Amino acid sequence: MIVSRRPTLSLRFVALAYLALLLLLPVGVVFWRTFEHGVATAWSYVTTPAAISAFWLTVLLAVIAVPLNTIFGVGAAMVLARSKARGKSVLDGLIDLPFVVSPVIVGLALILVYGQGGWFADVFQNNGIQIIYAVPGMVIATVFVSLPFVVREVTPVLREVGDEQEEAAATLGASSWQTFWRVTLPTIRWGVAYGVVLTTARALGEIGAVLVVSSNVPGATLTLPLLLYQRDSQIGSQVTTSVYALATELAVLSIAVLLLMTLFGSRREEAR
Amino acid sequence: MLYMGVFVLIPLAAVVVKAFSSGLGTLWSSVDNTLAVRALVITLVASLLVAAIGAVMGTLVAWVLVRDSFPGKRFVNALIDLPFALPTIVAGLTLIALYGPDSPVGIHLAYTRGAVVVALLFVTLPFVVRSVQPVLLELDREVEEAAASLGASNATTFRRIVLPALRPAILSGAALAFARSIGEFGSLALIAGKVQIASLVIYADIENGSEQSAAALSAVLMLVALLMLFVLRRAGATVDR
Repeated sequence: MIVSRRPTLSLRFVALAYLALLLLLPVGVVFWRTFEHGVATAWSYVTTPAAISAFWLTVLLAVIAVPLNTIFGVGAAMVLARSKARGKSVLDGLIDLPFVVSPVIVGLALILVYGQGGWFADVFQNNGIQIIYAVPGMVIATVFVSLPFVVREVTPVLREVGDEQEEAAATLGASSWQTFWRVTLPTIRWGVAYGVVLTTARALGEIGAVLVVSSNVPGATLTLPLLLYQRDSQIGSQVTTSVYALATELAVLSIAVLLLMTLFGSRREEAR
Repeated sequence: MLYMGVFVLIPLAAVVVKAFSSGLGTLWSSVDNTLAVRALVITLVASLLVAAIGAVMGTLVAWVLVRDSFPGKRFVNALIDLPFALPTIVAGLTLIALYGPDSPVGIHLAYTRGAVVVALLFVTLPFVVRSVQPVLLELDREVEEAAASLGASNATTFRRIVLPALRPAILSGAALAFARSIGEFGSLALIAGKVQIASLVIYADIENGSEQSAAALSAVLMLVALLMLFVLRRAGATVDR
């Protein structure tokens, strides 16, 4: 299709204007509002005890959920791409569930299973372990919502490269463990990396599921997104600089993630 | 499978069991109260609208990113992933900052249905763009040139040649955006205000301790989402072929 100069320019203008209005301007305004009263003011808001503990809890959730989902994700991708086991298509369908189930429903589900009067409540309560309204529940919620990313990134790569190299390694006497570490993992590494970055982004930013199972106590079970939500819903319509400062802190974290995404994404494309 | 079971399947089963725990009659009556029905209708209408606008604008953006070239294109391309990277609560807040009560441009959209649609467009932007882009890259331009040389106008070429090739990708991207929209919570939590969105109603129910009606509404939402997932896999199957 040969589009002449003027329609091309107007299409470009429409696309860029849409992106600017939807993405760039709103994010820009948050940055502007954050530093409206100077960098020092903004910094003092993100270094309050509540903000610092929320930061570390957010990091903790990601640090637990990401490795778990990476190991599961690579394993599940191997099953989906390589094994001929029955029930494979069932697993394939179920993996996407966390993407289509509302995060709030995830939280509700966890309460019904692990909460007061829940299915497994007795098991944990007798041992004095509290899951709901405590950190373990928030970890489970985070694992749930960020589960599919690694599987979905790695499976197509594994399918595409085929298993000839793995078979060659096996005929040369490599154990399956050696084959995995020396042949399979290097070929899928950019896919894994991209999946890990997506998982991290989701784990850092999750609110719906975590909100439902958190007790909303600052310093104990508030992550950064939750602290932000609590601050803003308290104040009502008046959004203050402290809220904007927290938002900017989260935005900076996620822009770092975005840079990694761009980097790994292009490496992944090249590797194909 | 065990991992999936512990983290995903058992909890979701609990919701369904809870929804049906007092029989079908109670399930229906808790869905059938006006608030729940209105929330469902608003959510579905907003999601359909978002899927439709997202499909058109997403295809347009993908087109510009693939066929056009201009300085800063790589930056714009990276920008598309921003909604995936940005925590949804921040996404909601950014829209309040620009279109809210103390908006620097004087547009007061926050706490209305319009704001809900804009927030959903924000968080679902990458779906259509990222599913159309690779298909458009692979598309054989010679066919388009042949159509043009046979006297087809650009509009005809697009409608008869390009669109059919892109349709599966557009549909699967829009379906993903729709599925995401009906369950979206984070970006709407701050901006929806008094607009009753299904996920916000479920959250309010949980907070009030009425787990029964929360579970009932959840079961209906999950059913819609699962239908979408099914449609999606069918659309995906046509892409592979």
